Amino acid sequence: MAFEDIKAGLDKFNAGVEAKLAKAPERANLEPNRLYTPLDLGEDFDYVTKLGFPGEYPFTRGVQPTMYRGRFWTMRMYAGFSTAKASNERYRYLLANGGSGLSCAFDLPTQIGYDSDDPMAEGEVGKVGVAIDSLADMEILFDQIPLDKVSTSMTINAPASVLLAMYIAVAEKQGVTPDKLRGTIQNDILKEYAARGTYIFPPKPSMRLITNIFEYCSKNVPQWNTISISGYHIREAGATAAQEIAFTIADGIAYVEAAIKAGMDVDAFAGRLSFFWNAHNNVLEEVAKFRASRRVWAKVMKERFGAKKPKSMMLRVHTQTAGSMLTAQQPNNNIVRVALQTAAAVMGGTQSLHTNSKDEALALPTTESVTIALRTQQIVAYESGLADTVDPLGGSYYVEALTDKIEKECWAYIEKIDELGGAPEAIAKGYIQREIQDSAYKWQMDVEKGARIIVGVNKFTQEEEPPKNLLRVDASVGVEQAASLAKLRASRDNDAVKANLAALEKAAADEHVNLMPYILDCVRVYATLGEICGVLREVFGEYQAHTTL
Amino acid sequence: MEIVEKLLNHSRLALSKAITAVENEYDDAVKIMTEIYPHTGNAYVLGITGPPGAGKSTLTDGLAKEYRKRGKTVGIVAIDPTSPYSGGAILGDRIRMMDLMSDEGIFVRSMATRGSLGGLSQKTGDAVKLMDAFGMDVIIVETVGVGQSEVDIVKTADTSMVVVIPGMGDDIQAIKAGILEIGDLFTINKADREGTDKLNIEIEMMLELNPERVAWRPPINRTIASKGIGIEAVIDSIEAHKNYLIESGRLAEIRRARIKNEVTAMLNDRVNRYIDKNVVETPEFEETVRKLQTREIEPYSVVDKIVGNVLK
Amino acid sequence: MANIKVLVAKPGLDGHDRGAKVVARALRDAGFEVIYTGIRLTPEQIAEAALQDDVNVVALSLLSGAHNTLFPKVVELLNEKGLTDVLVIGGGVIPASDIPGLKAAGIKAVFTPGTPTSDIVKFINENVKA
Repeated sequence: MAFEDIKAGLDKFNAGVEAKLAKAPERANLEPNRLYTPLDLGEDFDYVTKLGFPGEYPFTRGVQPTMYRGRFWTMRMYAGFSTAKASNERYRYLLANGGSGLSCAFDLPTQIGYDSDDPMAEGEVGKVGVAIDSLADMEILFDQIPLDKVSTSMTINAPASVLLAMYIAVAEKQGVTPDKLRGTIQNDILKEYAARGTYIFPPKPSMRLITNIFEYCSKNVPQWNTISISGYHIREAGATAAQEIAFTIADGIAYVEAAIKAGMDVDAFAGRLSFFWNAHNNVLEEVAKFRASRRVWAKVMKERFGAKKPKSMMLRVHTQTAGSMLTAQQPNNNIVRVALQTAAAVMGGTQSLHTNSKDEALALPTTESVTIALRTQQIVAYESGLADTVDPLGGSYYVEALTDKIEKECWAYIEKIDELGGAPEAIAKGYIQREIQDSAYKWQMDVEKGARIIVGVNKFTQEEEPPKNLLRVDASVGVEQAASLAKLRASRDNDAVKANLAALEKAAADEHVNLMPYILDCVRVYATLGEICGVLREVFGEYQAHTTL
Repeated sequence: MEIVEKLLNHSRLALSKAITAVENEYDDAVKIMTEIYPHTGNAYVLGITGPPGAGKSTLTDGLAKEYRKRGKTVGIVAIDPTSPYSGGAILGDRIRMMDLMSDEGIFVRSMATRGSLGGLSQKTGDAVKLMDAFGMDVIIVETVGVGQSEVDIVKTADTSMVVVIPGMGDDIQAIKAGILEIGDLFTINKADREGTDKLNIEIEMMLELNPERVAWRPPINRTIASKGIGIEAVIDSIEAHKNYLIESGRLAEIRRARIKNEVTAMLNDRVNRYIDKNVVETPEFEETVRKLQTREIEPYSVVDKIVGNVLK
Repeated sequence: MANIKVLVAKPGLDGHDRGAKVVARALRDAGFEVIYTGIRLTPEQIAEAALQDDVNVVALSLLSGAHNTLFPKVVELLNEKGLTDVLVIGGGVIPASDIPGLKAAGIKAVFTPGTPTSDIVKFINENVKA
């Protein structure tokens, strides 16, 4: 059928609908068009350049040729709380129940480089993740978990090099060499400044630590994903789908530029860059977002940075379902939300996935609710059929139009950020933060006006009993950690600690030195995270946030 | 008054409550200010203004820290605009000064303009006096914008500093008039940005065109306040200006002018309020307006008559 | 003219400030004078800021679970400084079972996820001592 015929048919269809709207009105404020047709793809829609084939440039349809027909995504449940011992038990439970990779959550003092007995850590020890003070804790965390068999993701940013060093040191003790280690560190400081808040050092030394890791791993830990450039938290902070991928890809561009500036060849490290997306509520918009992000990144790497290897152009992504979309009201409804978000991530072609638990708007999840969340992934994988063909929504008029639209918005943001001087500068000017805040405020006002419905929150509400059986982290964790720290400080070789910290301090002052080997030396002799970050704080200073409202 | 005694005894709570009394025009505000007045006149007052986004609060934070290093106590009055739509305000300066919160030698007060910039300069002046009586050595008044009303507020300072940043485009032209009038010194903040040299030249050229600036040539400093760079030089310039004011006798002159301004404003304010209450808001006045409208009478004699009565 | 002043503050190490910022803006739009402190503050910094600005309300936001330690500490310090009239409210990921303890410690209301900002505005207007 020719385009003119479709157009004529569509006009007639719309005229017919409009005539009946008075009697049969549509819902108000719907964003998509009523109907999508081949017209929305445009007459010059070129399958090969826009979509291509899975595993091939521009990777719109996925980064592997067979996708989930070969192997399901990695079911990677983010977990960690209280002490290393308690978290180790949860990890072993997840692996025994079909989880295929580990994902470590650290408590805030660990994420911000404070020991558990630091006054700044008061009340926070073991709360949002596991408390790690030294290699001793890390040894317990991975007790009986063979590090050459699992892949481990660590949500750690400002002190990423220290935690990675501890992981390498634990592996050494297990007799596993670094080249066998697989996993990811988040290591994405820019989104910490923009959205998540666990920064320590100013941008320049932070970028140096990141490129130090890129370089060290490319030589010594070649299977390690050295960064997980994260849109997840940007979205959680209130960004739209297009903003999520745009700001994150802009961050990605900054990291690539920094590594190239540090003298690395783009193809030597780009294959180890990974991304982290949010799976939000609007299923088809999310699918389109995943597809658009792959197309944009492929283009960025090929055209802007002249990458040669296909692997350098692939946007490989870990996904987490949207935590901020969980409701404290009628928490069982969250199981359904998470299932839909899982479907979106799978149809979007994610490489790994964490599913949130129903009770996470209230507290950390219990073992029971974590199990449901893991089972949700397994049901989507084995029963839904969504994983049986590659990019099942490719060719949908709506999804293709939406993919184009999000891509276009994404490029517009990247252009604007380029004009501002790149992501670090745009963050320094507060631009990215302001855009996110405006979206967050609009969302909240839409919910309060009822223009956006959240079931159980502003419609279909009901009186309910407060939920029981929430996981509680005892306040005694802080005391316990402090006691073991005191013991550690008394029993370790303090001269060796002092000497290695001094060497680190000296190396940190020379910006041309790669700090990874020095940090490894420090963790091996049980210098604490707080001591190591303390030395770096002295040399680098601390970041002062630029917050505007 | 108890609150005044406590304030003079360095109660931070009393200082804070006293500023609130002034800000909210509580009944005891006049009495507080009356008792405070003999204890004022000791602090050195620095006014800072500049366009939004120039980094004034960060610079103020840096200046406060440097003053502390030099053994001075510092009071800060930071003013933000009230939203004309909601009457609410985001008082956004404190966020850059949170690390000053653990220093007893510093007191920061945020104030919203609350729609009345005229009244604000008096309230600001009172807040400064309260901090002065409390014993602060230096008081920094920081306000956003370079409009006439903000200029009035900054003019109540001994030294006025204008903060600008490179890359403002034509904005520099727009604020030219205000700048020439009030800047005793200029600070180019974010001076690692492109356009710093150009901006420096522009300011110099504008200053050269001003014949009044002969005895004191306003220095132009460069800072990167977010990194604490250039702050010491700014304070040195402030000190230099202070010395110039003292040695030339200008300090006594501007303080005298300020007192004159203040008392004139108070008089105007009092008379305005009196006329509002006893003349404008009376039924007779309504009747007068009616007669004026029908041209039964003319306004000139009316005003003569009322003023005659009021000033009797 | 006595405007209501609200200090919106994030004690502890938690960097999730979406809620705090949305609330700060909503309070501004409801006609309050709002001071937002940014993230990572000690209870002492928050109490001192409340003192210097003589605020009527301190609104604390925390999602990390450290609320049982940090919220009561802020109240304690406010009292120590003589700010006994300040209305202290809190919000964040806070289990219902923690709320009675927080209220006993002087947190007058706790707003959990899903609360419309208009509820917070209403509560302040009805309970603040201006």
